[in-house]
Amino acid sequence: MIGAIFSPRVLRGLLPPLSLAVLLISIFWLQPRTMSYFGLNLLLNLAVPIALATIAQMFILCVNELDLSIGGFVSLVACITATWVQETPLFGLLALAALIAAYAGLGALIHIRQLPSIVVTLGMSFVWLGLAVLVLPTPGGKAPDWIRSLMTLKPPMIPFPIIASVALALIVHVALMRSAGGTVLRGAGGNPAALARAGWSILRIKMTMFALAGFFGVLSGMALVGLTTSADANIALRYTLLSIAGVILGGGEFVGGRVSPIGAVIGAMTLALAGSFLSFLRLNPDWQIGAQGAILIIVLALRLLIRQAEKRR
Amino acid sequence: MSRAAILRQPWLWAWVGALAVWLATAAFTGGTGSGQVISAALTFGAFFVIVALGQMFVITLGPGNVDLSIPACMTLAGTVSMKIMDGAGAMIPVGLAVAVAVGLAVGVINYTLIRALRIPPIIATLSSSFIFQSAAIWYNRGLRVKPPEALGDFTTAKIAGMPFIAILVIGLAVAMHILLARTIYGRSVLAIGQNMRAAGLAGIRVERIRAITYIMCATLAGLCGYLLAAFSGGAALNMGEEYLLSSIAVVVIGGTSVAGGFANVPGLWGAALFLFLLVTMLNTFGAGAGVRLVLTGLIIIGVIVAASGGRHKREG
Repeated sequence: MIGAIFSPRVLRGLLPPLSLAVLLISIFWLQPRTMSYFGLNLLLNLAVPIALATIAQMFILCVNELDLSIGGFVSLVACITATWVQETPLFGLLALAALIAAYAGLGALIHIRQLPSIVVTLGMSFVWLGLAVLVLPTPGGKAPDWIRSLMTLKPPMIPFPIIASVALALIVHVALMRSAGGTVLRGAGGNPAALARAGWSILRIKMTMFALAGFFGVLSGMALVGLTTSADANIALRYTLLSIAGVILGGGEFVGGRVSPIGAVIGAMTLALAGSFLSFLRLNPDWQIGAQGAILIIVLALRLLIRQAEKRR
Repeated sequence: MSRAAILRQPWLWAWVGALAVWLATAAFTGGTGSGQVISAALTFGAFFVIVALGQMFVITLGPGNVDLSIPACMTLAGTVSMKIMDGAGAMIPVGLAVAVAVGLAVGVINYTLIRALRIPPIIATLSSSFIFQSAAIWYNRGLRVKPPEALGDFTTAKIAGMPFIAILVIGLAVAMHILLARTIYGRSVLAIGQNMRAAGLAGIRVERIRAITYIMCATLAGLCGYLLAAFSGGAALNMGEEYLLSSIAVVVIGGTSVAGGFANVPGLWGAALFLFLLVTMLNTFGAGAGVRLVLTGLIIIGVIVAASGGRHKREG
């Protein structure tokens, strides 16, 4: 019984939540005041947009592509939300819908011309950033009130960021991992040739996955503006690297459609908390980014150890 | 070379693009300043080419091979070498050695992560780049140490109107071309990119070649960081930023296959000049920062779409 609990397979699944738990407990230990409704709210607030961007990246990784433009995209959405959506809601929301359509178009372009997604999305990161500068040349704008009040909700007992993260993880998990449609979508990453022979259109699957990524990227940008109340063109550029790291931390693989929505959300929260952990340690803030890299390397090393234990059995 | 053979060269389009963009700029300004534009393009292009040479070898190793730590490596090498030289002319060779050593160390760490943790190179170089970037921030402490005057002069020197640094990098590119096309190492890189398993079975020591390639790429990035910091009057923490996209874009636009196995050096220079002249052209036309970014991105994608179309036709 105990052997079954500690089998490598279970351990591998437990690695992401365990990493998060270790980090959280260390933070509580260093700074007990964070162990409150208010403290958790502050700690995890900014994890929500990162988690949404990570889910967006996960959809792309699921079909064996990589999106290096998601940070620029989220910045652009934030700029549009803080200006057009605030001033002329209908036009703003139409613009956001057009952005999602553009993402689907990118998926189609990459698939039809068999282009390397790294290069295409790297080029797109310039386009998104340029558009963001055009929409909002200087930092500013204002978050629409309804987004602001949604993001600062104070539900009883459990802080909003936790409810939002759990809901996000569960909804995407059910839709992608437990439904028939989700299985087909993931299959395009696992064995596209087999899916194509079974009569599915890989083009439509890729477009769907890219559109989903665009959708969650839009949510991420809106959530971010709801928290920061204003925007600027560079607001989320670091999300590109954070989102890739988050998916991998959460147990996702680079190829083969092996991803985990719950893991991705946990991975994003781990990275978001890493910064707070360091400041509570009174470590030099210069090492904040470096610590995220170190955490990534440690978790990957642990995963390798578990994989080797699995092989030995 | 017959006309058809020239038309089939993968590096051709980068050079055609560079020429077209330059002519468009010259036509707009009525020819004034076209000479200076070329001189500036050669200088800035030289920096692009140094990092792109390393990135080209890495990308040629095959799918999934790309070095994302180039910007962080450049910044670290630039800051450390500038601080150690502290503006003293006598320390110039020491600074160069330090920058190259930083690059070597970065390469060794990158490859160790790839090999020991068996993680895709993208993730390995991504996570290590976080650490290198932090190390640079921590070491730099917000200071901007000026380079030794002689070194600064060296990077801006010209011989008969030709930037000296461009002449050096053209020499470096020629050496790299020979390394790629005429040595066992270069042929091994190409073979691994075409079929890693077959290359291994044919007796190529795949892992040793990969190690050399990643270390060489980081070393070139370190060298570029040193020269760029000297050129721009000191190391800045964001000095490597634009080199992430540029290093990959220059390689791909230059006609190297992003799927690996096929590389070419002449295209690197064409693509580097193209990228610089493109931004210059948009500046000349009076485009603002936003429009310039959007057009740069769209044109890069356009070139890649066009290049991939050409490749399909050739195969079919």
